Amino acid sequence: MIDPDYIVFFSLALFSIGVYGVLVRRNLVFMLISIEIMLNAVAVIFVAASSYHGTSDGQIMYLLILTLAASEVAIGLSLLIHMYRRRHTLDVDQLSNMRG
Amino acid sequence: MIGFLFFLSSTVALISALLTVTRHNAVHALLYLVITMMAIAMIFFLLGAAFAAALQIIVYAGAIMVLFVFVTMMLHQGEVTMKQEALLYQAKQSSTAIILCVLLLLELVYMLSSFSTAQTIMTPINVNELGAQLYGPYLLLVELSALLLLSALVGAFHIGRRHQEQDRQL
Repeated sequence: MIDPDYIVFFSLALFSIGVYGVLVRRNLVFMLISIEIMLNAVAVIFVAASSYHGTSDGQIMYLLILTLAASEVAIGLSLLIHMYRRRHTLDVDQLSNMRG
Repeated sequence: MIGFLFFLSSTVALISALLTVTRHNAVHALLYLVITMMAIAMIFFLLGAAFAAALQIIVYAGAIMVLFVFVTMMLHQGEVTMKQEALLYQAKQSSTAIILCVLLLLELVYMLSSFSTAQTIMTPINVNELGAQLYGPYLLLVELSALLLLSALVGAFHIGRRHQEQDRQL
């Protein structure tokens, strides 16, 4: 059987990779992708806790995370298209003035 | 055997996640991300959560990735985009972020190592129980997530709509 410690370590490592992606990338697409990786890391730990405790609550949380990820991607990608139409770049550092 | 499969799939997931956040080409990054999702689905199967694994493949590797790929197709302009992206992200300049992330990981691992889990019992959850829970005590959450999806749909439509007068200003 799988040791729960290894699953938690795997999840933490995946989460750190996601944080690294958000920190270093300046392209909005890659930042959204890194957020997806972080959400997946959290989902792994929820499902692992669900099967560790033998209850289905963790998997229900996984379903909610899935819903959240779908909505977040829809809104994020439409913001990205909007930004590309106005600025013709995806560099988030270009969005430094609030005049719009 | 299950332990070996877990190590294999988690190694695949970590390596492909690292490749995802370091690629310059968005399409390559998305394909690596699909591999990550598949490996995580494999881990869900090994944990006895077959329904979660199926959802991971259908929703993440299917639907969400299709969204990303379509947007990338709209915005990707071949060599120009590649050159811009090579200017935006250079691996040499990201050493500070690497240090910060390794520190975060070490701290989390240290926090984890202070208590140990003795038993390794993993019980598979069947879909029957999940559905009974979902439409019993968690009914309000199902309604709320339906509202969330609806508002995301309306918001995405509103933001992504082309405004004629704003385009003329540019």
